[in-house]
Amino acid sequence: MAGGPLLQVEDLRVQFVTDDGVVHAVDGVSYTVDAGRTLGIVGESGSGKTVSSLTTMGLTRGRSTRISGRITFEGQELLTASAEELRRIRGDEIAMIFQDPLSSLHPFYKVGTQLSEAVRTHRDVSKAVARDRAIEMLELVGIPDPARRVDQYPHEFSGGMRQRAMIAMALANEPKLLIADEPTTALDVTVQAQILALLDDLQRRLGMAIIIITHDLGVVAETADEIAVMYAGRIVEHGSVGQIFNSPEHPYTWGLLKSIPRMDTTRDDELVPISGRPPSLIHRPGGCFFHPRCPYVQESHRRIDPKLEQVPSDVGHEVACLLAPEVRVSIWNGLRSGLSSDSLRGLAAEVDGAGRATAAEPVAGEAGE
Amino acid sequence: MIVLLFGVSFITFAIFYLLPSANPALLRAGHQPTAALIKSIEHRLGLDKPWYVQYYDYMKALVLHFNFGYSYQYQTPVRSMIFSRLPATVSLALGAAVVWLTIGIIVGTISAVRRQSRLDRATMGASLVAISAPPYWLGLVSLFLFATDIGKFHIFPGAGSYVPLTQDPVHWFTSMILPWLVLAAGFAAIYARLLRGNLTEVMAEDYIRTARAKGLPERTVIVRHGLRAAITPLVSAAGVDIGVLLGGVILIETVFNIPGIGRLAYDSITNGDLPMIQGTVLIGAFFIVILNLIVDIAYAFIDPRVRY
Repeated sequence: MAGGPLLQVEDLRVQFVTDDGVVHAVDGVSYTVDAGRTLGIVGESGSGKTVSSLTTMGLTRGRSTRISGRITFEGQELLTASAEELRRIRGDEIAMIFQDPLSSLHPFYKVGTQLSEAVRTHRDVSKAVARDRAIEMLELVGIPDPARRVDQYPHEFSGGMRQRAMIAMALANEPKLLIADEPTTALDVTVQAQILALLDDLQRRLGMAIIIITHDLGVVAETADEIAVMYAGRIVEHGSVGQIFNSPEHPYTWGLLKSIPRMDTTRDDELVPISGRPPSLIHRPGGCFFHPRCPYVQESHRRIDPKLEQVPSDVGHEVACLLAPEVRVSIWNGLRSGLSSDSLRGLAAEVDGAGRATAAEPVAGEAGE
Repeated sequence: MIVLLFGVSFITFAIFYLLPSANPALLRAGHQPTAALIKSIEHRLGLDKPWYVQYYDYMKALVLHFNFGYSYQYQTPVRSMIFSRLPATVSLALGAAVVWLTIGIIVGTISAVRRQSRLDRATMGASLVAISAPPYWLGLVSLFLFATDIGKFHIFPGAGSYVPLTQDPVHWFTSMILPWLVLAAGFAAIYARLLRGNLTEVMAEDYIRTARAKGLPERTVIVRHGLRAAITPLVSAAGVDIGVLLGGVILIETVFNIPGIGRLAYDSITNGDLPMIQGTVLIGAFFIVILNLIVDIAYAFIDPRVRY
């Protein structure tokens, strides 16, 4: 599989059967990660970003889980792999770090013990060698006095230190892919920057690929090469960092961008929250899943399910939106110049009306299904 | 701890004196007691002194000479009686503890890991029965079923077959099997349910996800990471329960006719034998206090976050 992507996810669907109904946690998601590159997956909680990664690791398997699609890692099919095959990959080829480093480390075991355990699970080495490796890893992630720290318990570490220890543990076996699930969310802002810089530095040194999962666009702006924006279990927009930040195409991405503070705009440029709540993943809205919260919603959007499609004349940029491409461009230009979504709503209606008159838009959408 | 034991001794004393109970002297005066005879017995036992003087005398002997006084009933030192009964109760309590912890931990773990499976439902149902069944009833039923003398199936030695461990270890062991199982049944059920709940909760913790993400075999995840954290509340429960049982297992000792502290306490209460009651209560309180202390110390080893 030389030359192919390191990780390829195709049409992944994950459903959880609960007493209340079927939760469509991930609904037809596809993405690829190349060796040494970073993919940022952005979305609100419940958008399926974590579930898709846990599924890659084989950690969502269960009696009440339905999984379909394909996940290939270095040419090996992961969804059909046996539990034992997956176990061998986990923590060795693919490692993962989590949001809350305190609750993610076992409170009763020394940090060094937990690190050595990760090494010894996949390498046939003595305890002494594993311990040396643990100290070496703690040093690598910038923990001072690692020979002493290795014998301390997680509660004796500060928040940032714990996340460093988690990273050390994840990287102990030099994985080819690191999945970082909200790695900085539970940390102080100053520590966040340190951890992101550390990940960046380690990626350059060890040459691994990273999937960074976050709800914070600021985090991916600095670290990612590509960004996938997820909403209600689907990818609604996908592109390079430049594409997503400079010419975002999806109203949801606009919302995310308008709701983060910027240093380069004046103070009276207010932050705009995205109104409403993420939809229930059991009873999903018809049509475009974002339509109940979309300021530019048109009648047809309640019926037609948009498909992730190439943005015209922007290679590698995909979006799932029913608004016409030229409408999206003019709305974003308006938003960028500081206009409110209310004043721009008219743009959507005019063209939508025109589009419906020729019946071109809905037909194209349906034909794509 | 010492204060606590003082308090316990005082309360026992107070209950005996302040609440109406049979006059110990009267119980000992034969069928036709004369006032003079009762008076002389009262004097001999020291019952004619004010209660606080009696309490003072008792505590003085206890603290200075570790003397629990003399039994009204048997005229022998309470201390030696208690110590001679202690091995039977200790065998019963500790043996049962081994049984119920083993069964409780195994069943609880399997139930937690295979939740909602048939095995889980079956064991949890059985545990409800075990918890609800009164131990003396369970004891009698087991005797009627399995005892060599009166049972339907002659498998285990019946009531009154207890011999000390030092005398005949094999006989001691076989004679204790039924009492252990009967005493452990309810506890095993409670512990299994407790552990099932704890472990289910722990298995949803982030650090279990981390352990799985590390690629550990599921068995290691459950035992080293799950059970290790879920078992701590069981340690404190076991400490208290064993402490209580060491102070005498009245029902089981009575049903199986085992000469332990529990039977001694029961007999002394029916006989109004104050020094003996006092002694058995104190020894019971002592075990509870000591076991609690051991649990506290053990916690510091089990949970590194606990520091004294």
